[in-house]
Amino acid sequence: MSEPAVIRSLPSLRDLLRRYGQIVIAIPLLAVLAIGAVGAPVLVGHDPNRLNVRAKAESPSITHLLGTDEFGRDILSRLAYGARITLLVAAASVLLAAAGGTLLGSVAAYAGRGVETVIMRTMDGMLCFPPILLAIFVVTFLGPSIVNLILVIGVLYIPRFTRVVHSSTLAIRELEYVESARALGASAVRIIGRAILPNILAPIFVQASLAAGHAILMESGLSFLGLGPPPPASSWGRMVEQSGRFMQLSLLPILWPSAAISVTVLAFNLLGDGLRDLLDPRLRNR
Amino acid sequence: MWKYLFRRLGASVALLLVVATILFFSIHLLPGDPVLLILGGDAAQPTPDQIAMVRAKLGLDKPLWLQYLSWLQRVSQGDLGRSLVDDRPVARDLANRLPRTLQLVIPATLLSTAVGVSLGMFAARRRGRLADPIASSTALMGFSMPVFVVGMLLVALFSITLGWLPPTGYVPFGEDPAGFLRHLILPALALSAAPTAITMRMTRSSFLEQSALDYVRTARAKGLPEPAVAWRHVLRNALLPVVTVVGLQIGGMFAGAVLVEYIFSWPGLNTLLLNSISTRDYPIIQGVVLLAAVLFVFVNLATDLCYALVNPRIRYE
Repeated sequence: MSEPAVIRSLPSLRDLLRRYGQIVIAIPLLAVLAIGAVGAPVLVGHDPNRLNVRAKAESPSITHLLGTDEFGRDILSRLAYGARITLLVAAASVLLAAAGGTLLGSVAAYAGRGVETVIMRTMDGMLCFPPILLAIFVVTFLGPSIVNLILVIGVLYIPRFTRVVHSSTLAIRELEYVESARALGASAVRIIGRAILPNILAPIFVQASLAAGHAILMESGLSFLGLGPPPPASSWGRMVEQSGRFMQLSLLPILWPSAAISVTVLAFNLLGDGLRDLLDPRLRNR
Repeated sequence: MWKYLFRRLGASVALLLVVATILFFSIHLLPGDPVLLILGGDAAQPTPDQIAMVRAKLGLDKPLWLQYLSWLQRVSQGDLGRSLVDDRPVARDLANRLPRTLQLVIPATLLSTAVGVSLGMFAARRRGRLADPIASSTALMGFSMPVFVVGMLLVALFSITLGWLPPTGYVPFGEDPAGFLRHLILPALALSAAPTAITMRMTRSSFLEQSALDYVRTARAKGLPEPAVAWRHVLRNALLPVVTVVGLQIGGMFAGAVLVEYIFSWPGLNTLLLNSISTRDYPIIQGVVLLAAVLFVFVNLATDLCYALVNPRIRYE
């Protein structure tokens, strides 16, 4: 862990951007998104699912700030409600993956050779499957729904966290302060919880931020294929797919959700990169 | 070298076994019952007799470990079962479709590697000037955009607006090479966008890392012109980690190809997979997933061997 820089005078905006540029850009983007998602019912004046044949594929106007889609539904409202799905799936699946990975990773690092081999080789095996194929496979069996998306994506990202936690734990467990905790008779659970976990939170957070970006790519991809939450839910991937069929009619309805997905993933990637630089300057430029 | 080769080969075979095992048990852990699927789902309300018959036919009445062993045996001989819809051998369907997916993945890999390495080197050599941050942020955008968004935007631009290229479809190379290429351009571009960005970033950082080393200073000190330093000395060493990244990209492309084939109606493996979702033809789905994982293991093995070929330090470890 690096010591926070001592700030002598108030830093200028320029300094801030140079040092924390990626995070400075990412946080407001994610904040807008979160506000839009949470406040969707209050902020947007339209029912996201109300069809209106007289307002098909309208250009942006005062009533419909981003215009309407090919069924006359208000695009801004659908985007705001779609943000709820996106953020919920991303947050819940990353939480599941991080929890599962932390548990498996620390068990693998602590439980002895046999258990370690079984856990880590299983993770290697899971990483051989292209995640979206495995997700398609599982969703076909379970049926498409938000909960199943969260479960599938969460489980698929467990191996990444397991690897990070495993290798960081192995690196830390031989350090003197861990040894002294062991000498004082602390149990393995206590050592992991009190001595090791707090010190490997940094790589876990970096991984979580990058995984959130991946989770959104995966969620939108599955929704695009029709394996996301069933209609009329306005998930962004499905919006791209539906508007794509009416591309001849108008290009705007497809551009908005495309931009929403890309900007959100970009924000999480920036946050992940920024956090990594901030928490571990050795990795800068990687 | 031989020792290294055999060790890697052994590890890959072990990994394949793990992969097959994961797939087998994930099928058996999932709540959906394949027997019900075969008989047409819950709605068809099959009788207990029918269920028992199909169960016996599939060998599902035997203990799990016996099923596992016989499944492993069949799969290792290339027998992936038969399609539930038309009773054709899954392996033959896969063999028909695989070349078409490769026709998409291989050009996309060549494209992303060529463009990614060039751009990465370009950005690294212009560090501190405007071109570097522009190239780097374009790359960051590149892999933040989902592959299907890139695909749809390409169609919107080049097919709908400009009318230059066909939006979807496939023409066999043997019938009409020019038509094949016209249909290939957009899907290959879509598929290579994110890998290009990742290869570019890796090349850039690896190039910068190498540039700071002593041997580069020596090369400059003995009076070599800058292009010779960059191309002959730095680039060759900087490409080592890029080899690994490109290998991983090929694995990622099989995933990206799922969506690209869907958008462009490219009749490869993944279109087969997606068609089988609606009919819940699970032997086919399982076959495609297994094949993708096997390809991934082999591509990684090949990558590691290439890496050992170009980097002697690995061989003698």
